[in-house]
Amino acid sequence: MDLNFLISMLDATLRLSTPLLLACLAGLYSERAGVFDIGLEGKMLMAAFAAAATAAVTGSAWAGLFVGMSVSVLTALLQGAAAISLKGNQLIAGVAINMLAAGLTTFLGQQWFRQGGRTPPVSGDARFSSIQLPFAAELRNVPVVGEIYSVIISGHSILVYVAFLMVPLTAWILFRTRFGLRLRAVGENPKAVDTAGISVRRLRYQAVLITGLLCGMAGAYFSIAQGAGFGNNMTAGKGFIALAALIFAKWRPVAAMFTCLLFGFLDALQIRLQSTPLPVLSDVPVQLIQALPYILTVVLLAGFIGKAVGPKAGGVPYTKER
Amino acid sequence: MKNKQAFKGLAALAGGLAVSALMAGTALAQPAVIYDLGGKFDKSFNESSFEGATMWAEETGEAFLELEIQNDAQREQAIRRFASQGANPVVMAGFSWGTALGTVAAEFPETNFVIIDGVVDLPNVQSILFDEHTGSFLVGVLAAMTSESNVIGFVGGMDIPLIHKFYCGYAQGAKAVNADITVIESYTGTTPAAWNDPVTAGELARAASDAGADVVFAAAGGSGMGVLQMMADLGKYSIGVDANQNYMHPGSVLTSMLKRVDVAVYNSFMNAGDADTFTPGITVIGLSEEGVGYALDEHNEALLTDEMIEAAEDYKARIIAGEVEVHDYTTDSTCPV
Repeated sequence: MDLNFLISMLDATLRLSTPLLLACLAGLYSERAGVFDIGLEGKMLMAAFAAAATAAVTGSAWAGLFVGMSVSVLTALLQGAAAISLKGNQLIAGVAINMLAAGLTTFLGQQWFRQGGRTPPVSGDARFSSIQLPFAAELRNVPVVGEIYSVIISGHSILVYVAFLMVPLTAWILFRTRFGLRLRAVGENPKAVDTAGISVRRLRYQAVLITGLLCGMAGAYFSIAQGAGFGNNMTAGKGFIALAALIFAKWRPVAAMFTCLLFGFLDALQIRLQSTPLPVLSDVPVQLIQALPYILTVVLLAGFIGKAVGPKAGGVPYTKER
Repeated sequence: MKNKQAFKGLAALAGGLAVSALMAGTALAQPAVIYDLGGKFDKSFNESSFEGATMWAEETGEAFLELEIQNDAQREQAIRRFASQGANPVVMAGFSWGTALGTVAAEFPETNFVIIDGVVDLPNVQSILFDEHTGSFLVGVLAAMTSESNVIGFVGGMDIPLIHKFYCGYAQGAKAVNADITVIESYTGTTPAAWNDPVTAGELARAASDAGADVVFAAAGGSGMGVLQMMADLGKYSIGVDANQNYMHPGSVLTSMLKRVDVAVYNSFMNAGDADTFTPGITVIGLSEEGVGYALDEHNEALLTDEMIEAAEDYKARIIAGEVEVHDYTTDSTCPV
């Protein structure tokens, strides 16, 4: 394994973990507030479609991102209405969102663009291209440090940097602000929050709104940054891997980042192993590596690596008085 | 009295049925085509079926019946509907039709059915298969002659024998012109999601590119778009599949491995409706029937040199003549190269 191989794999790791990280942080807000969200996948898919459709028509990636995030927020609010206001089962609300997204995106895509549910491919300004950080070109020839900076860290789309900046921001909001404290409290003991005169519903809606914004970013990343255009079901289960990462990280932002990086790394590894044989590792079937994120999560849930206990009030709609 | 009237009505009805049955048996029967999931305008497989049917309609001036299914559960229902309407032949493209057709075809022994890419062993079913390995061999030849790095790539969709057949033909073609060339083989996944995962497919193409590949062949359905896009972004070459995808990124898509589903549908409409010209059993169409091949049009003529086209045509002639044997992966699940 030479250095170039390692560097190109770490570069891919960042690209592949970005949508996971955004979706994982999205789920973190919602679940910390006591609303389980298995509809991450659906919201990302909606956003991916809306972003690609808008970008393809207007030719602007920013317009695509804006519409993608808006659609994702609206979807999140719909899910929130079912799970918070109407006190429906949160898991079923999430499943419904996933099914709605899969059907609606393909249907609208077919009606509007007549390409079997795909949007036209986007290119140029309709897509977030990679940005070169300052001095990346100059430092390229400096051994190790320069290469790490210019190849791994520089040269990603802006959404990648936004995703990683969201980690300290989320940690700060969650643990250093009044809003964060209330958000966590509403997920652990909504009764106490209510007694203190703070609206549980309002807080949960705020959390779901942030979830929508972040899922929208993740979706747009799929179709107009990493990819170029929408394809049917293009999120390919990433929303569920993000959910697994959230559990693995025990609902903590920094741990979530490392988990997403680990899952992204495993994905990059299985992709690279198919093209470059490595000693020992190549004897492992790629399917096993593909399954590792799930296996690790199950092992964690079974209690072998510490214990993952979610927010206490998670999954229970709040009823003020019986 | 009432009974008598009823009897008369029944007799008239029976007579009417006999007439319409007679009509169904003659040239008045309309052919029908049913599209697979993915839809009529998928820029690939299904659109190709539609084009074949349209070609037939324009030539004969007659109309055909068509239907797009929305989910797997509609398969049997769709075939049964056309068969009971008296459509003949009923044509469907896609290996997923096998089970449903097996059930319905047995119920309608008088109707002729055609399945493309699948095999149903019944006396009223014609199963059309393509020689994907020989077509892939030709694009392998073109890829190897284009490559300057001596490394080429292959990104498959779902890891199934049919896709290994594409790979194996491609690798054999590449090694035939350059025995030292390295062919990187990769698959997007092991579930049907692998047909619609352009992101992973694009990453696979990038990994192949990082490992030195400068031409990557995508046999991955909708995921292939990710490969074509990635290779265009990297300023390298890609090869499309099924339909002619040369126009997608002119200057980057070297060629496309054509699978002429349109020709298969056209021929079925021409021949399968009539008992005299209907050929039940397995029909394999390959290079000599122009059923598979490489695409050459205004979008890639600058990329393919005369020398390359000559080599591809030479191999094509020799494969048809039987001088060059291309191994078919699906016969024994192994690839000699």
